[in-house]
Amino acid sequence: MENSDNTYRPVIGLEIHVQLSTKSKMFSSAPNNPDTTEPNVNIDEVVTAEPGTLPVVNKEALRLGVMVGLALHCEIPEYSKFDRKHYFYPDLPKGYQISQYDEPIAQNGYVDITLPSGDTKRIRITRAHLEEDAGKNIHPEGLPYSLVNYNRAGSPLLEIVTEPDIESAEEARIFLQELRNIVRYVGASSADMEKGTMRCEPNISVRKPGELTLPKYKVEVKNINSFKFAEAAINYEIARHKEMLEAGNMPKQVTMGWNEKDSKTVEQRSKEEANDYRYFPDPDLPRLHFTKEFIEDLQGQLPELPDAKRLRFKNEYGLGSADIDNLIIWKELTYFFENVVSELTEWNEVEGGKLDMPKLIKQAANWCLQDFSAFLNAMHQNPTESLVMPENMAEMIKLVEQGKISSSAAKQVFKVMFDKGGEPDTIVADLGLEQTSDEGSILEAIEKIIAENEKAVTDFKAGQEKSFGFLVGMAMKELKGKGNPQIVNELLRKKLSE
Amino acid sequence: MNYEFLELTELRKLLDEKKVSSVELTKYFLNRIKELDPKLNSFITLAEEEALQAAREADEYIASEGENFPLTGIPYASKDLFVTKGIRSTAASKILDNYIPPYDATAIAKIKAQKAVLIGKTNLDQFAHGSSGETSAYGATKNPWDTERMPGGSSSGSASAVSAGLVPWATATETGGSIRQPASLTGVSGWKPTYGRVSRYGVMAMGSSLDSIGAMAYSVRDLAMIAEVMSGQDLKDSTTGPVEVPAYSKLINADLKGIKVGIPKQYFIDDMESGVKSAVMDAIKELEKQGATLVDVDLPNTKYGSLVYAIVCPSEVSSNLARYDGIRYGHVTGDAKDLLEVYQKSRAEGFGDEAKRRIMTGTYVLSAGYYDAYYKKAQRVRRLIINEFEEVFKQVDVLVCPSTPNVAAKLGHAAQDPLFGYIADQLNIPGSLAGLPALSVPCGFSEDLPVGLQIIGPQWGEQKIFNVGAGYQEVTEWHKQHPSIK
Repeated sequence: MENSDNTYRPVIGLEIHVQLSTKSKMFSSAPNNPDTTEPNVNIDEVVTAEPGTLPVVNKEALRLGVMVGLALHCEIPEYSKFDRKHYFYPDLPKGYQISQYDEPIAQNGYVDITLPSGDTKRIRITRAHLEEDAGKNIHPEGLPYSLVNYNRAGSPLLEIVTEPDIESAEEARIFLQELRNIVRYVGASSADMEKGTMRCEPNISVRKPGELTLPKYKVEVKNINSFKFAEAAINYEIARHKEMLEAGNMPKQVTMGWNEKDSKTVEQRSKEEANDYRYFPDPDLPRLHFTKEFIEDLQGQLPELPDAKRLRFKNEYGLGSADIDNLIIWKELTYFFENVVSELTEWNEVEGGKLDMPKLIKQAANWCLQDFSAFLNAMHQNPTESLVMPENMAEMIKLVEQGKISSSAAKQVFKVMFDKGGEPDTIVADLGLEQTSDEGSILEAIEKIIAENEKAVTDFKAGQEKSFGFLVGMAMKELKGKGNPQIVNELLRKKLSE
Repeated sequence: MNYEFLELTELRKLLDEKKVSSVELTKYFLNRIKELDPKLNSFITLAEEEALQAAREADEYIASEGENFPLTGIPYASKDLFVTKGIRSTAASKILDNYIPPYDATAIAKIKAQKAVLIGKTNLDQFAHGSSGETSAYGATKNPWDTERMPGGSSSGSASAVSAGLVPWATATETGGSIRQPASLTGVSGWKPTYGRVSRYGVMAMGSSLDSIGAMAYSVRDLAMIAEVMSGQDLKDSTTGPVEVPAYSKLINADLKGIKVGIPKQYFIDDMESGVKSAVMDAIKELEKQGATLVDVDLPNTKYGSLVYAIVCPSEVSSNLARYDGIRYGHVTGDAKDLLEVYQKSRAEGFGDEAKRRIMTGTYVLSAGYYDAYYKKAQRVRRLIINEFEEVFKQVDVLVCPSTPNVAAKLGHAAQDPLFGYIADQLNIPGSLAGLPALSVPCGFSEDLPVGLQIIGPQWGEQKIFNVGAGYQEVTEWHKQHPSIK
């Protein structure tokens, strides 16, 4: 295996389906809601393809699709159209899916991803097109029939197809995460792989280094519902192809399914028996015409995208790449973070620019990424829904910086802020958490614990540094946790060296 | 008093003046249907209870203050290709034998809003596939002028019912002649609208880029009144145009002086029956006598019309019929081992031969590798046909020609020849491909059977054809000739 790793290079292209977060479906006014659990309620006569019904394009889906296209640096052609793709399956009510065949709404774009090495790699986007989703077939165990749930049928999907520019499972994962960020920033979709609002089908093959033509086969993997599984499935396939090629066999052009229980892929169907979908332009839907004004208007509506934001966070705030990546994935949290930073900046101006801004910004990032994220996740909340206001968080950071509360007290304050809301100074007062920096009372406490802990004092003097930590703890306990740790440290060391 | 064969304005007057109630009219026509339709088979479903209920409501409305709508209280029938909420809608196919729609077609909803009375659903060629009425799964409809003859199709039941005086008017649809041809063969007036003038929503699709939703009645003035009700942009049908609906009936100008009437030589084909030709030539002379200017025009691409249609129509049919799969509604086989057999057997048992023929043709034409050679090329030729009409309509107001090259054939004639429809419809198809509005109006008889005059207008030019049709009917009596059914 070690040897063959060097003799083959993976060639990977991705097809990603993103369910657009519109109120209604792609071609009807029935509700579009991926969270509905009761079957067959998000339907109307168009969704179930009653005789005589006709599709009408959802303008919001069109807007979101073009916005994502623009965010992916795609060309938006002046004209586009919808086509019918025919096949029979119970979850497909019309016997055809309305999709886009040869005139997608977006083409020739790219996404730049940052590899762990720090290098940037460009993944080209072939196209993005709009289509409608199918329903879901359900096979009740032990029963001689199947059921169909049409809630998802007709939901708007944006299918995004990449060029085969991806060369490892890791690159695929990084690309998918970046794509998810972009789609979320645009507000086009919740893009949640676990919930199925983002789905990914990798096309995988391997070739010898230096080979420029694409391999004669490719394997598509379906049924992947997390970034982790995407990476695992691709790695599994790469190893499988290498092994086959080493043994002198050509891998078959097949569709595989990822089996998450056994952590392997299983053959689903052979591409040789692929359907002839009999595409033709849907006569029920007039051609789409995108005017310059329409596209310029949408371009103007694009928010700051993850790559631009990443660069700005690095240059403006001096944050490390791990912090940036962790912030970037949560658009609303980056907005919150920036509001906290702007509060801190105001404070710095008042202080005549004397504050250590990089340190304060880092603290803001830490609060956002640690306690705040953890609490929000536990409550399934977004920062905008939280009782914590950016100015509250900034104020709390200020209290710590001014030495008015200890950082462990700040954690208690923040918990109250999150649970009940309120100003940090009020909470500090209510809980009696003000920190004491009064050297007299600290010294008094230190003298007391030195007298009471002779053994530890002797051990420290004999060179046991950990006894110092013990004595700090005892002093803090004596001060009911309110002692300024820096001053406690200083005074204790001074006292012990006397 | 007899109410059959009265025009809508006459019925309107009787109802407004309370000389007859909607319930009385409804019962009158229901009785007439029960008495005569066994000889014609023009209805698939009678909606007797629903009709009487609607008539009672119409009478209440008439009794209340305010003006009545043009169609209030007047019974009508609908081709069974329209879906009607709560009333069985079959498309004359066994695959929908048990189908009760959950909604009304837009056109039906608009008529309903006028408090008109839907009396029943008329027979047709199965899924509108045919030109004789004989492909119906519910048996052939007969021509009231001679019950051994076909009424034409696919709007066979609507034509036969209006012709026989079973209803004052009926809805109909056209894909390639299905209004003009049966109207012509049964001696009634038929209107095929501009494509996109009337919403297709709720009318079971045949050829989506061709389907036009119209009507049949006793006069062009009646049709203009009906057109005002049925027309207009529908947000549920993206192919309807944002074009205002004029008050056609009020705006009718029956004065033909100065109207330029184009006579396309390609529409006077060699194998046209001589009786048909002479009736149509007489009608053209009449137009000239009334002051119209005749202009010979050339439409050389006419000869490609049927070929283009033979590709475009089945392609769209094969796609549109895919939804009839036995899964959600309609016929499902009782004898399937697996999913594939559910599809195969439900569709094999449910569809008639003509539907299967078109599904096979369309599937072939749309197959990978054939799409460019057939469908795409056909659409290009279609563009040429459209352009050619546009050029001609720069010179003339309307085109005039026969509706069909022949009178009604004997029943069974079509079954011997699968191409029957294509030949009979060749005078209608180019206009259908171009989405143009047209009328067929009675213009005489050949061998005691009705002959129709076709009047074709430019896109959205409904008013022009109504003007010329009404002008012709001002000075002729052909549309007032009715069959006496034995």
